[in-house]
Amino acid sequence: VTAATEVAARRIRPRTARAATPWQIARRTGFFALLAIFVVVSLFPFYWIVITSLKTPQAINAGTTSLLPGHITFNNYLDDFTQNDFIRPLLNSVLVCGCTMIVTVFLAALAGYALSRTNIRGKALFLGFILIANFFPVIAMVGPLFTVYRRIGFLNTYPGLIIADLIYTLPLATFLMSSYFSQIPRSLEEAALVDGSTRLNTLRRIIVPVAMPGVFTTAILAFMLTWNDFLLALSFMTSPSRYTATVAIVTLGQSPYQTFYNLIDAAVVIISVPIALLVLFAQRRIVSGLTAGSFR
Amino acid sequence: MTASQQSVSPSGTSPRSQTGTGHSQSLLARDRRFGYLLIAPLLIVLLVITAYPLFYNIWNSFHNVNYLLPPLGGFAGFANYSKLFTDNEFVPALLHTLGFTVVSVAIETVIGLSLAVALNKKFRGRGIVRAAIFIPWAVPTVVSAELWRTMFDPQQGFVNFLLTKLHLPLATTTWLDSTWTAWAAILIADAWRNTPFMAIVLLAGLQVIPSDIYEAAKIDGASAWQQFTRLTLPLLKPALMVALIFRTLQSFFIFDVVYIMTGGGPGTSTNVLAYLNYKAFFALFDYGYGGAVSVSLVIVALIIASVYVRVFRTEEATA
Repeated sequence: VTAATEVAARRIRPRTARAATPWQIARRTGFFALLAIFVVVSLFPFYWIVITSLKTPQAINAGTTSLLPGHITFNNYLDDFTQNDFIRPLLNSVLVCGCTMIVTVFLAALAGYALSRTNIRGKALFLGFILIANFFPVIAMVGPLFTVYRRIGFLNTYPGLIIADLIYTLPLATFLMSSYFSQIPRSLEEAALVDGSTRLNTLRRIIVPVAMPGVFTTAILAFMLTWNDFLLALSFMTSPSRYTATVAIVTLGQSPYQTFYNLIDAAVVIISVPIALLVLFAQRRIVSGLTAGSFR
Repeated sequence: MTASQQSVSPSGTSPRSQTGTGHSQSLLARDRRFGYLLIAPLLIVLLVITAYPLFYNIWNSFHNVNYLLPPLGGFAGFANYSKLFTDNEFVPALLHTLGFTVVSVAIETVIGLSLAVALNKKFRGRGIVRAAIFIPWAVPTVVSAELWRTMFDPQQGFVNFLLTKLHLPLATTTWLDSTWTAWAAILIADAWRNTPFMAIVLLAGLQVIPSDIYEAAKIDGASAWQQFTRLTLPLLKPALMVALIFRTLQSFFIFDVVYIMTGGGPGTSTNVLAYLNYKAFFALFDYGYGGAVSVSLVIVALIIASVYVRVFRTEEATA
């Protein structure tokens, strides 16, 4: 009898779980509908700029008539690269972001080692300063640095912009590096130290290689944060040949009579694609770095 | 090494010193010197790009540094600061910026929190949904501004197209040409890009909350809403504080979106502090007045940050 009731109970239980009440069904549907709305709101604007970037000048003049692009052309992309020389600002951006990333990782690795492995005084004070530097208004750097850069010939130069761009990256990178380094067991480097290796060598040969995933995360975030810059490049790069991609987009496709959204949006697609790929492949890493950095 | 030992000045300078304490203290001194050496480059760079401009701005703000009106460098007293309150530019810009900050942070917090709660549930395809929602944060602010400028364009945009199809009002609006619709467009462009950041930080906060306390609450008969307000929100406080401080200050410094979408217009109705500051430097060439605006920005930012810290501290103390 007990076995029979158990079998019966087993039969009933899944059925009660499956046969959800209308209220539960409504809640589930609502949940997924809400998620769908969020996804559509996030991604639909990208669809819209892609189709706008594929429109012919005639289609642009005719205005929006449907959700589909109609006659597709890649001429806007060609025009951006040939007539508007958009390749130059792209290369400028890659150069500036790449250098900023390298300098950031180098400086933050040194400081991260000092914070996690030496007994320097004033660590709390230093971390407090880093935290405040993270909240420093970038516009408040612009006036004084412009004056100084003009005096020392740093205006319109890559080093000038790279040094200024470090404001975006250094605070977060320092937090990340010191926290990644302090997770590495000390025993790893102690063996090397006993063998007579210098501490700088253990940093280079042991700590950085072991912390490589963290170093990568820091580098990716530094690149993304610099890629986002607009204000500093706008202020310090005075000639169009030195514009970064974000500044060049703003000057692109503008005429006194019309805004050529097809040209602008082609450039917008061009600078969004590498970042979108980066997010798809390194999402976990970026998110972990971002949240680890913001909880300190 | 304990703190009490650190305060003693190193007596044994030679590493081969006979006494054990002398030996370790010189090692400690060397260790510290090495540490300072490693941290120095970063500290110098950060001081050059933050502290130096700040003090330069303070100096400028008390002097006549208008490159269009020489002579330069004369002492101006508080003239630049009093100009802030008499020129009919700064005060409206300050109010616009504060209003924008409150509204945008409120929107981003509400949507970001519901997104975080939704993404904290387990369901099939969660990774893809998370990536899709995360992408707007990854693209540059310039992209979000240009993208929403296209979306709101009366000719090329999607917004007016949709409103026309649905026979809704505002279908023929030129959004960026009047004050309130321009603000709506700016808010949407800003929230679209930054809400994911809010969601990510809050999601990380949700994931460290142990699930068994919810089991206990369920057994005690707590409703979903009670679980949310009595358990989730209090436990989420640290993450919420981080996200709020970051987003509030970034909203307060808004520049890119305004520069690209409205240029502070129509008229000066969407002018914000960072944009006003930029124009003081690059249109008026008045580095004294610009310095005063910069210093005010720093001061208000510090006030905002300290208010947050105080509010969250006192709530912790009373809890």
